[in-house]
Amino acid sequence: MSSTPRTLFDKLWDAHVVVPETDAAPAVLYIDLHLIHEVTSPQAFTELRARGIAPRQPDRTKATMDHSTPTTPADADGKFHYFTQASETQVDTLASNCAEYGIELFDMRSAGRGIVHVIAPELGLTQPGMTIVCGDSHTSTHGAFGSLAFGIGTSEVGHVLATQCLLQRKAKTMAITVDGPLAPGVGAKDVILHIIGVIGVNGGTGHVIEYRGSTIRAMDMEQRMTLCNMSIEAGARAGMIAPDEVTYAWMANTPRAPKGAAFEQAKARWSQFSSDEGARFDQEVNIDARDIRPTLTWGTHPGTAIAVDRPIPAAKDNAAQKSLDYMAFDSGKPLEGTAVDVVFVGSCTNGRLSDMREVATVLRDRRVDPRVRMLVVPGSELVKRQAEAEGIDEIVRAAGAEWREPGCSMCIAMNGDLVAPGQLAVSTSNRNFEGRQGPGSRTLLASPMTAAWAAVNGKVSDPRELFAQKEVA
Amino acid sequence: MTAFAALASRSVVLPQSNIDTDQIIPARFLSTTERAGLGKHAFNDWRWQADGSPNPDFAFNRPENAGRAILLAGANFGCGSSREHAPWALTDLGLRAIVSSEIADIFRNNSLKNGLLPIVLDEAVVQSLMQRPDDELTVDIAARELRTPAGDVHPFPLDAFARTCLMEGVDELGYLLLRTDQIARYESANASIG
Ligand code: SF4
Repeated sequence: MSSTPRTLFDKLWDAHVVVPETDAAPAVLYIDLHLIHEVTSPQAFTELRARGIAPRQPDRTKATMDHSTPTTPADADGKFHYFTQASETQVDTLASNCAEYGIELFDMRSAGRGIVHVIAPELGLTQPGMTIVCGDSHTSTHGAFGSLAFGIGTSEVGHVLATQCLLQRKAKTMAITVDGPLAPGVGAKDVILHIIGVIGVNGGTGHVIEYRGSTIRAMDMEQRMTLCNMSIEAGARAGMIAPDEVTYAWMANTPRAPKGAAFEQAKARWSQFSSDEGARFDQEVNIDARDIRPTLTWGTHPGTAIAVDRPIPAAKDNAAQKSLDYMAFDSGKPLEGTAVDVVFVGSCTNGRLSDMREVATVLRDRRVDPRVRMLVVPGSELVKRQAEAEGIDEIVRAAGAEWREPGCSMCIAMNGDLVAPGQLAVSTSNRNFEGRQGPGSRTLLASPMTAAWAAVNGKVSDPRELFAQKEVA
Repeated sequence: MTAFAALASRSVVLPQSNIDTDQIIPARFLSTTERAGLGKHAFNDWRWQADGSPNPDFAFNRPENAGRAILLAGANFGCGSSREHAPWALTDLGLRAIVSSEIADIFRNNSLKNGLLPIVLDEAVVQSLMQRPDDELTVDIAARELRTPAGDVHPFPLDAFARTCLMEGVDELGYLLLRTDQIARYESANASIG
């Protein structure tokens, strides 16, 4: 056992090295859990088939359909209506690939289906100490459980299917410590938008981030997932949080976690996964939670984050000017008061039960402004059922918003849920790139509370107004 | 993957920073089960106007840029999604190398697996190259250098393994499959975990 203090990332790495890295070659890293969906997997199966290779550990791959799937229910004949024939073909291709190779699939009729990064944690497939990959950059979400989780490309999906391993160079480490209490109306989404605003959209490139500090410890698992989810938006390969009692309590409530004595054994193993006292990081960033206000983005990448009541900064380069032009915003004015056309609540960032509850708290006994189209899309079938059991769907509908079937929906706009050209959307998703929510769409990223409050007011509004005393700037 | 050791080409310039994968290939073109033929959608929303006609101002539509295999791009190229459709689209468009002062991690990985060389140089160097897109640049993979006709030599970082893979057309899956014994040993030693 080495006596040098190790970071959480070092421990996860060391526990999964099959062949160590050398100057000449990257490490061979073992992958415990592989998640696949319809969009980034078909070409990998084609490659395997062409080479005559079967998956090495089909039990370690789990599949779901989420990106291209409709968020409207099946019709009276039980048929789902896809946006395009290509989308339906993609979903059918996933189903036949899974059937052929014995991979468990949470399909359109499964109670376990939903956005890949929502279902794996709720089923307990995601566990502390694991390596987890998916052909999807927001795989960083699963790091909230103290796992090493990152997105891969389709060729690598093939590598994992065939060998359960990946070729990897060890990344650098960055510790982001957030301390202090969060003000009412400020949540995990504001924290991560604030962080990306501070370190920049490429601030984490080449690094894995470990989030630490009292603010993080005080977060529940859903908030931690929101935080880790957007690590990739700062360019980081992965984000992670060491497991603690909050993590174990979540795990104990999941169907696929070990049970009884096996759970206690697992917990003992999981608890080793934290950074040792004195472990060195390549970079360290400290954030004071008291500085964080409700935060949105004004531009066309997630690094353009500012507090709701702060003026949009003057363009400091051509890229910023291009962003301002695309968004049709003027610098010097705050986002607060900007009229909005669409509000989208959902995605792997903010499509969980606590997000649905937050929205319901705002919408209860209120109406969505008639000029606004609001879509509320639970992240999974389970989130949908739990929310409906609490009457959240009724509150959403009574307020004049749409309550949909689970999926990625307007986050990526592949399934026909589109923001029209020129329309301005406040979205709880994670990307505000040009055209992300449909050609010509304009996106402000925000928390579920900020999004719901904007829907009610028909314009960007400060959710601190919902609480007794609004802090003065 | 096609092996290649050297490349000589003029360049296409996209000076914006943070060109994300949704710009390289918008999500609505990902509903495919194939990897071929995505070049026509590369930079779709910049390249084609709403009526489907080419945007004459966009770099890739300018006649003098036809056939150029090097892209000079602003900082943080390829940020965003893990979609390998991005390098598939760019190679289908005819590109073999991307030069930028910063290239996003997953995009870089995906590019190397598709014979698209990510070249990271100082921002000042990238800016100076952008001033002279008609110069024929030479990329020497063995030497890990980019050379200009004026005789400037710009070394760039390239992992030894990635270099071998590019030059010899080694396929990573083949390489991993040769480690099957070690993988099996790891599996039996860690059988109880996860
Ligand atoms: S919700 Fe959005 S970001 Fe998350 S997996 Fe789906 S498309 Fe990707």
